[in-house]
Formats: sequence, C-alpha cells, structure tokens
Amino acid sequence: MKGRVLVVDDDSALAEMLGIVLRGEGFEPSFVADGDKALAAFRETKPDLVLLDLMLPGRDGIEVCRLIRAESGVPIVMLTAKSDTVDVVVGLESGADDYIVKPFKPKELVARIRARLRRSEEPAPEQLAIGDLVIDVAGHSVKRDGQSIALTPLEFDLLVALARKPWQVFTREVLLEQVWGYRHAADTRLVNVHVQRLRSKVEKDPEKPEIVVTVRGVGYKAGPS
Amino acid sequence: MSGDSAASAPGRSGDRPGRPVGRGKAASRWRHLFDGDLLQGGVQGSPVVRLVMRWVRRPLLPVIRLWRRNIQLKVVVTTLLMSLGVVLLLGFVVIGQVRNGLLDAKVKASQSQATGGFAVAKQQAEQAVSVTGEEGTAPDGRPSQSVIQWMSDLVASLSSGGQGAFDVVTLPSGGDSGSGRGPRASGGVNPAASVPAELRERIDTSTGAAQSYTRIVYAEKDKQSQPALVIGKQVNDPNGDPYQLYYLFPLTQEEKSLSLVKGTLATAGLFVVVLLGAIAWLVVRQVVTPVRMAAGIAERLSAGRLQERMKVTGEDDIARLGEAFNKMAQNLQLKISQLEDLSRMQRRFVSDVSHELRTPLTTVRMAADVIHEAREDFDPVTARSAELLADQLDRFESLLADLLEISRFDAGAAALEAEPIDLREVVRRVVTGAEPLAERKGTAIKVVGDQQPVVAEADARRVERVLRNLVVNAVEHGEGKDVVVKLAAAGGAVAVAVRDYGVGLKPGEATRVFSRFWRADPARARTTGGTGLGLSIALEDARLHGGWLQAWGEPGGGSQFRLTLPRTADEPLRGSPIPLEPKDSRRNRGLDDAGLPRGGDGEKRATVPVGRPGADDPAQSARDPLGRRPGASAPTADPTALPGNGARVVARSGSTRMTAGTVSGTNGGTDGARPGDADRPAAGGEGGDGAPRDAEKDGEATRGR
Repeated sequence: MKGRVLVVDDDSALAEMLGIVLRGEGFEPSFVADGDKALAAFRETKPDLVLLDLMLPGRDGIEVCRLIRAESGVPIVMLTAKSDTVDVVVGLESGADDYIVKPFKPKELVARIRARLRRSEEPAPEQLAIGDLVIDVAGHSVKRDGQSIALTPLEFDLLVALARKPWQVFTREVLLEQVWGYRHAADTRLVNVHVQRLRSKVEKDPEKPEIVVTVRGVGYKAGPS
Repeated sequence: MSGDSAASAPGRSGDRPGRPVGRGKAASRWRHLFDGDLLQGGVQGSPVVRLVMRWVRRPLLPVIRLWRRNIQLKVVVTTLLMSLGVVLLLGFVVIGQVRNGLLDAKVKASQSQATGGFAVAKQQAEQAVSVTGEEGTAPDGRPSQSVIQWMSDLVASLSSGGQGAFDVVTLPSGGDSGSGRGPRASGGVNPAASVPAELRERIDTSTGAAQSYTRIVYAEKDKQSQPALVIGKQVNDPNGDPYQLYYLFPLTQEEKSLSLVKGTLATAGLFVVVLLGAIAWLVVRQVVTPVRMAAGIAERLSAGRLQERMKVTGEDDIARLGEAFNKMAQNLQLKISQLEDLSRMQRRFVSDVSHELRTPLTTVRMAADVIHEAREDFDPVTARSAELLADQLDRFESLLADLLEISRFDAGAAALEAEPIDLREVVRRVVTGAEPLAERKGTAIKVVGDQQPVVAEADARRVERVLRNLVVNAVEHGEGKDVVVKLAAAGGAVAVAVRDYGVGLKPGEATRVFSRFWRADPARARTTGGTGLGLSIALEDARLHGGWLQAWGEPGGGSQFRLTLPRTADEPLRGSPIPLEPKDSRRNRGLDDAGLPRGGDGEKRATVPVGRPGADDPAQSARDPLGRRPGASAPTADPTALPGNGARVVARSGSTRMTAGTVSGTNGGTDGARPGDADRPAAGGEGGDGAPRDAEKDGEATRGR
C-alpha cells in the first residue's frame, strides 16, 4: 500500500527518523517544519495522511489541524508529547482523527497510519439508513432529505459502523477496534470526542441526540430509523 | 458476596434518631427540653406517647429552627423576658410600698377614731348606770328593754360622728348569742357578715382592741361590698354585760388610689418592655447585620469568589471585624493565587519537561528499533547491545511515563473522568491482557463474582491501570500459583480484590508497598522490571476516585490487594463489600505458618479496627489501654500498631503474624515504615469468638479516608 504522508514536525532529527521509518514501510513522506508553511505544503503535496506535531513554531499544531480540516477530510494523526486530558481533547476537537503519544514505537506508528489509510480501499456498494439519514457507503455520502452532510472519513466510518448494526450497542472499546483499528483498548476519549463531533454535524439538536444515542454505562448505538 | 461483608455496616448508621436539627449549645438545650425532661418525662419508651410527642413537636420544628438560627430573635426574646421580669418585680415592690403608705395613714386615723369611740361607749354606759341604777336588769337576767334601746341609741350616736367615713356595728359577745341583744349596725351594714369570725373570737378572748381587714357587706342587695378596716373591742353595756363594738372604716378611696397606681405602673411597664424589646432589636441588628454580611461573604469566599470583600464604615469594633476579615480574605486570595501560580508553573514545567524529553526520546526509540530490527546483520556483541538498548529504552520510557504521571498527581493536575462503567468489563480486559504473562509464569487467573454487573461511576482508564497493576503484580509474585480476582458490590461501594498465594507480605509491608520506589526485597533479582511507581500511582488513582486501595498479606501465605470504589462519585465510602483479609487466609483456616492445623485459641482472632488514618499515636494508645495490659482477655491484637498510617497489624501468639495495610485517603504510603510497631506481640492469649469479628466489621466500616 502506497501512501503519501506529510510530516509536520519542527524537530529535524525526529522528522528524519520518521522519514527513515516511513520509507522503510513503503510510504512517501514529505516534510515541513513550520506551522505557517504547513497548509501550503499540504495543498502542494496532497497527502493521503498528515502526521502533525502539536508543538510547532509559528502556527501551533491545533491551528494547523483546524485549517487542514477546514478544507479536507484527509486523516490527521497528531504526534503529542502530552497525554494530558486537555491537550489531547483539544487536538481531537480541532479535527484530528487519532493521536499517538511520544515516545512511540515505529511499529505502533505504522499501525496507526495503516489503520487510517485502510479505508481508502474501495468498499462494496451499500445503502444504509440511520435515523432519518441515508448513507451511501461506496459513494461516501450521507444525506438527510436529499441534503448531503459533509463528514470526514473517520466520522463517516463511525457512522457506518453504528448504522450497520442498529440493534447492537457498541462499547467504546469495540468502536475503537472497529473504527480506529486499535487491537488493544486505548483512550476512549477518542470515541467520546468524535461522537461529539459527529453529533454536531448530523444531529438536528446535538443536545438531544437521535442518530447516535448514548447507552448509559455501556456505550453508543444507532438511533431508531 | 461474603457473609462478613463490611459494607453492610453503613446501613446501621441509618437508624439514628430522626432529629433533623443541628448541634450547638442552644440545640442541646432544646433537645434536652423536647426529647427528655419536658415532653417525655416518665413515659419514655411507649410508642404511642412517642408518636404523640412527634405529632406535637412537628409544628414546633420551624419555630425551633428559627430560634436556633436567628440570634436577633434570641436576643429580643431574651430581652423581652428579662425586662418583663424586672418590670414585674419593680411593680410589685412599688405597689407594696404605696399600699403600705396609704394604709398606714388610714390605720392610724382609724385607730384614734375607734379609740375615741370605745371611750365614748364606755362613758355612756357608765352614765346610763348612774342614771337608771338597778332598774335596768330584770330578775331573770334578761336584758331589759332599756338596754336594747340604749344600745340602738349608742350605735346611732357613735355613727353620727362620721357619716360615710365609718360605720358602727355591735355584736353580742361570743357565748352570749342567746341574749336578746341582737347585732346592730349603722349605715345599712350587714353586721354579722361584715365582721370576720376570726376577729370576733379574738375580741371574745381579749379585753384590748383588735383590728382586721374585711369587706363591708350591706344589707341592701344592690349595694356593692367594699374593702374596709375593722377595729373592734369588747365593751360593757350599762348592765355590765360585755358586748362587741366594731368600727368599720371603708378603704374605697385607698383602693382607688392603689388601682390607679397599679394601672399606671402596668402601662409604664408594658411600654418599657416593648421599648426595650425594640431597642434590643435595633441594637442587635446593628451588630448582626455586619456579622451576617461577613457570614455571607465568607460563604462566597469559600465558594471560590475570592474577590469578595466586606464594606467597612467607621472605626468601631464592627469596622475592625470587617477590616480584619478583608485582610484575611486578601491574604487568602494572595496565597491561593500564589499556590495556583506555583501549581500552574509546576504543571507547565512537567509538561515542558515531558515534551522536551519525549521528542528526543522518540527519535532515540525509533532509531533503536531500526537498529534492533537489523540486529541479525551485526556481529554478536553489537547485536546484544542493540537488544539491551531497546529493552532499556522500554524501561526508561515506562519510568518516564510513571514519573510524569506521579508528578501530575502531585501537582493536583489529575482529573477524574468518571462515568458509569461495568467493572467486569475492565477486569475482563485486564485479565486478557495479563494472560501472556500468566502463561509464562504458569499461573491461572480466575475471576469470581462476575455473575451480575458491578457498575460504578469511575474513570475506566484509571481503574484499568490500577487493576492491571494489581493483577500483573499478583502474577509476578504468585510463584506460579493461582490468582483470584474477586468482584463484589454492596451498599454504596464496589470492590475488586486480587488474591495471590505467593510469597506474601511481611509485617509492616502492607503499607510500605505503596511507597514510591519501594522494593519488597532489594536483594531480589528484578525479573520483570517494574518502575517501582505502579502501586503509588494506583493508590493515587484510587484516591482520586474517593476510593481505597488496601493491601493484606501474610508471609508465605500470599497477599490480597483490594480496590474499593464508591458506587457514585462524591459519595463517601463507609465500607467495602469484600473483607480485606480473605477467608482462606491461614489464620482464618486455623493453620500456622507451616500450613499445619493450629491447636486452640488463635484461629478466631480477627483484625482489630484501626483508628481513622491520621489519628496520632498517643491518642490511639490512650483510647485503648487494654491493648497493652498483660494477660487481658478481650483484645487479641494490638490496635496501637501503626496507628498513624491506618495500617492494621494482627499479631498472633508465637511467631506467626499477619499484616494488613490500609493506605487510603489522606495519609500517604510513605509514612508506613515503622517496623517496631508491626512486631509488637498481641496482648492476651484467649480471644472471644464473636466480638473480634464485629470489631473487624466496625473497623472496616468506620475507617475514613
């Protein structure tokens, strides 16, 4: 599997090392060290995935993440030295799909990148309904009353996972495994934040969700169609 | 759930008397009044009476509460009552004085008037004797007509002197009622009814004058009786027979004066009382208003609004209170903001160090991994070096991660993200994760008590970290024997206990295991290389939940670590559904160290309740003097052991000892090193069967955080 990866990191040694590892795994890395130049580099290289350090000179990672997310749904994986709640949640809320805490093992990084890129393989044509939404899985589109709703690939995957088994309650751990591709349970905040983001896009009233329903003490399930 | 669950204990505290009111001196006074002395009195215990009492008391409760809460009301009511007392006392004294003054004059005047009258009566009788000579008396001794006539004349003449000022009454002498000299009276007075019988007796027996107070009763029905002074004397009639002559002086005028004085005093008194009440109200308001303001501001301050200040006017004591208060608030604010700054700096520093360390570490890590991957191409020495590099980087990483985690706790930056989770899920994940290690060690991990959900509001990530730590520790130190993970829920608590049958813990170690970088045996080879911070972090995690993490162990008999969490966040723990010491401990099975059955007395001994963690040593030992008495029969263990850190040590006869540590809540694990205490032998050999068991329950139930 080939993939272009944009590495946004100011630490040249780490960037070089990332390059070595990514090339070794068959990716095509490109590099940018400055937050201000990140967006231009993103437009230029059109990567399949962005590896983004949160602490950057110029614009910080959160801002860069927001800017990229504003114009593209391309998977963003944050590199962060801080696993503190606030930093991670802020990063995820600004649009990152996943995060990986330094120091990480190369294999772990590659696994995450592959999990994020996996979905670009062509899915079978499939129509799903969840609440009053119609999902075209192959066409990667979600429509309410003919109006299409823009979702990032990750949010789309999350919605599809729920919609495929509307009778099932998904625990956060199961969702992490199915959507993010984690084999071991990791940070369930990922799920929480992305469910919030998804709700803010697909729910009529995010305060009273009808599409993605919380099952207290267990997890989430699809709302009744 | 086990039979001797400690969490059943909290229920016992539920049946306190349902008095919804608070404490304090006034409260106790009222409680005394209403609960005991006044209302229940001698009929305590009767349910019907208690019901009635409750029914009577209920409408009074708001009043009592108002009384207790409102100092202004208290002062005003007290002032009213006290000034009422003073006014009443004053009134009685004044009225007494006035009455005495009025009466003294009247009595003197009356006495002289009466004395004159008595003299006149005597004189007239003598005159009559000299005039009539011996004719006056019939031979049969009956009073002649002329004496009767003379007496009527006497009454008329005596009373004519003071029309309205006095009346005159004559009465026959006591033993002479049969004689024809009937009672006579002037001014329409009913003679018999107006003179008290007691006075008549006195006159009969003495020759002098006597006086008394009475009411003049008139013969005419519609004329009202009136108070009077009556002065009487025994006088002889012309025949020499005694009769009683009375002067009745009406006191109507004096009574009028007195009632006027009374009325005036009552009005004045009422005004004084009301005015004093009003003054008290105003004065107290002056003091209470700033106090209430201070209380309100103090509440707002403690709620976090540190910029709140009191308004200060003038230079009086209240103003000084306000100034002092404001100064205090100012200093508090300063200190708090300083501490906040420090904490923020600390967190910032940790965060920065974290980032600065982690970025190069990531590069090193990746480089090491790349080298490690390629180690087959190297010569053996370089290949081994690459392995060591990768391994030690792992260790370095986990050490760094743990250090940062601990420093986050220390900085107070750890936040709890509690949501309802099923602990069975967490346990399942943890057990699954520990399986590879368990297989290597030849250990089987059993889960007990997972039939029904064990749900609690908790941070799944933290709970999982705690349990992973406990399970991995149990497997590592379990020497290949089984590890049992037990779940239970009861009362307001859920618990997970991890039991192993490995080397166990030596006395005193049960608390020290939670100390940072503590090693059970420094000489022992480190096979799995934990960071030494795992249990410290686990303890902090438990504490963050408001829960307990406790350890128990016996040397060679394995150990049990118990995590107890409140079912809902912010609910204080009162007990744990799982006893800290497992049922299959050697002691509970009645075995000694070598696993042989022990004879006799020791097996029923239970752990002894500890004082609340943080209770200091002397207090603790003072509370239980029995513990040190040699040969005492009741206590079977020394509760003074490790009092400061809440650890429990149960000493047994002979060499066998057990330890159980309670490190939870406010006390840190670091103060646990008190080996001497742990080794203290038990006082007394024979243990009662029931009491220690209860004691253990109590101990677990009451142990605070």
